[in-house]
Amino acid sequence: MGRTALIVDDSVSIRQLVSFTLREAGFSVIEAGDGQEGLHKLDDGRVDLIITDLNMPRMDGIAFIRNLRSRPSSKYTPVLMLTTESQASKKQEGKAAGATGWIVKPFHPGKLLEVIGRVLP
Amino acid sequence: MEFDISRFRDTFFQEAEEHAATMEAELLRLEQGGGDAESLNAIFRCAHSIKGASGTFGFDDIAKFTHALETLLEGMRAGRIEPTAARAALLLRSVDVLRELLAAARTGGPPPAGVEESAAQLVVAQRADWAPNAPAVARVDDSAARPYRIRFVPAPEIFLQGMDPVLVLRELERAGEVQELRVDLSRLPPLAQLDPEICYLGWDLRLRSEKSAEDLRDVFAFVEDGARVEVEPETARPALSAPSVRAPVRDSTSIRVTTEKVDKLVDLVGELVIAQSMAAEILNNFTASSLLRLQEAFSEMERYTRELQERVMGVRMLPIGSVFSRFPRLVHDLAEATGKRIVLEMSGEETELDKAVVESLGDPLTHLIRNAVDHGLEPPEERRAAGKPEQGAIRLHAFHQGGNVIVEASDDGRGLDAAKIRRKAVERGLLAEDQPASEEQIHAMLFEPGFSTAEQVSSISGRGVGMDVVKRTVEGMNGAVSISSAPGRGTSVRIKLPLTLAILDGLLLRVGEQTYILPLVAILESVRPTAAQLNSMAGQGEVVIMRGEPLPLVRLHRLLNVPTEVTDATRGLLVLVENHGRRLALLVDELLGQQQVVIKSLESNFRKVEGVVGATILGDGRAALILDVAGLAQMARNARGVIDR
Repeated sequence: MGRTALIVDDSVSIRQLVSFTLREAGFSVIEAGDGQEGLHKLDDGRVDLIITDLNMPRMDGIAFIRNLRSRPSSKYTPVLMLTTESQASKKQEGKAAGATGWIVKPFHPGKLLEVIGRVLP
Repeated sequence: MEFDISRFRDTFFQEAEEHAATMEAELLRLEQGGGDAESLNAIFRCAHSIKGASGTFGFDDIAKFTHALETLLEGMRAGRIEPTAARAALLLRSVDVLRELLAAARTGGPPPAGVEESAAQLVVAQRADWAPNAPAVARVDDSAARPYRIRFVPAPEIFLQGMDPVLVLRELERAGEVQELRVDLSRLPPLAQLDPEICYLGWDLRLRSEKSAEDLRDVFAFVEDGARVEVEPETARPALSAPSVRAPVRDSTSIRVTTEKVDKLVDLVGELVIAQSMAAEILNNFTASSLLRLQEAFSEMERYTRELQERVMGVRMLPIGSVFSRFPRLVHDLAEATGKRIVLEMSGEETELDKAVVESLGDPLTHLIRNAVDHGLEPPEERRAAGKPEQGAIRLHAFHQGGNVIVEASDDGRGLDAAKIRRKAVERGLLAEDQPASEEQIHAMLFEPGFSTAEQVSSISGRGVGMDVVKRTVEGMNGAVSISSAPGRGTSVRIKLPLTLAILDGLLLRVGEQTYILPLVAILESVRPTAAQLNSMAGQGEVVIMRGEPLPLVRLHRLLNVPTEVTDATRGLLVLVENHGRRLALLVDELLGQQQVVIKSLESNFRKVEGVVGATILGDGRAALILDVAGLAQMARNARGVIDR
């Protein structure tokens, strides 16, 4: 496959779960603990997919997504946000910022791959 | 004339069903080992015909399926594939599927389940080692699959959200079978103005899927913001442009009869047999005193025979409601399309008519209703201005009158404009400038073929589209059609039909030694002319002046080549008949009376004879020919060598 995904979440357990699932599916995974770190990691090269939490210290998910869309290298990259059922307004905000889609927490690994299949060719 | 493809569609279905029946019969022979090369050829030809015609009529699924059938048959016919009993059995099952496909196409319903699988089986069966239990390659159990219409116009900035609409389409592809996909390019700007970051496209597709509409909507979850997403289960909704909402599946070669009706027939036949054996018994031991009992037995037989006749005719009868039932939908659709408010009132739906008549009535009535909506009824504002309720009314009314059934289609619209029709008729050469014509005659002009071919006439006169077709169809059923109208109050078209096509009300007449029958509906009146009424006109031959109007005089004895002593019209009788709005006078020796006659086809027993629609057997056992007024008129024109306008 040779595809790379960036997973941005301050929760290590979520990051591990997502990373594990993605690796199983053949992705190379880059991890970051918040938006700022995520942007730094992106400086090293393009990725095929970005999965980000919304509530994070330093730079939250919304600002991170906005930032991604303003950069030529990630302007069209699919971005999935990790949300909870109660965050309907956040979801809207994320979409407005340029998110491609969302995954509602808690999620099953299979569901994650299904959603990824929706946004990645 | 409006091009009415539904007429031909019906023919297509009839043909296709006949072909299917032929295939079935030949396949059965094949399966039982009795078939030969000619059977295979016949089956192949049937499949080939259906394939060709179905494609023409836009029934692509039928064309696709028959193509698979045809391919297998072609191989068998050419000797490449062995015509085994198993293959015959498979083909038989395929004929059943084909029939279901035809029925679905006819009713506009969804295609039957398992078509793809059957088609796949037909492909697999081409392999030499095919065994009947081998699963088909494309085994799709789509029994629960339903068709959906899906429209997807993504938000223009969809790419800026990291999304590609193609992914959505791919997901739909995974959710079922995309049967149709159209790209909407209407928003695509000229290249110079095209912004590559903007999505200008939209998609319309037809998807067969087992998923619910909700599940399919979920496919669009990530892209529905700012997008237009429509997911609708497809209902069989015929396009408005289709001339008629298709009738329920009809099959002209078979009749569904309630068991009650059949039981009654059986009872009657039983009674008849008893009465007959009683009569035979009386005859066997006949004495003078038995005469009265014989008479009684005989009158009993007569009673049963009459009742049997009535009931057997009744078996062919269908309530006219079966054709009326399609019109509420038609009116609804037409109202939507024209923005008019319309109420459809129907009465007399239970009136029974011969099955063939009922089935043939659909198209003419559809024409009449469309005309009434298109041209008769005014738009709401015009109606209000005229002091009428905004909602226009269309009425369909059927009732018995004498031995006929009358079907009236009327509207309360603006009515016909006789002056305009007259002007148009003069323009088209149907009427001389100074020729006097009653309002009735002018209205009848609308049935002239010349009138309906002119599109613009319909918008001027408010009438005319396909009216000649209506008239021809009705006359083809030995019926008659007339139109009446009051300006501002509406128009009414009256169709008079015989109860049955098998029995005709006829006028018996004599020419020389021969007895002929004229259908009563065609006859206007009969007169004995005075010498002053008879005349000869240049280019027209003999005429008789009736109320100032010269009518062509047709001598039946000359036309039919029957010797007679009555060659002087003042000694014979003139029967005035009407054909396509034109009157002519037929000279006959005398009238013998009126009688119901049973029509026997001449064509199927002998051959087609010009001027004759059929024959019948008279009470005295002699055969008599039933004359065809249209045919006679044509013969008379030919005989005069006049090219009729």
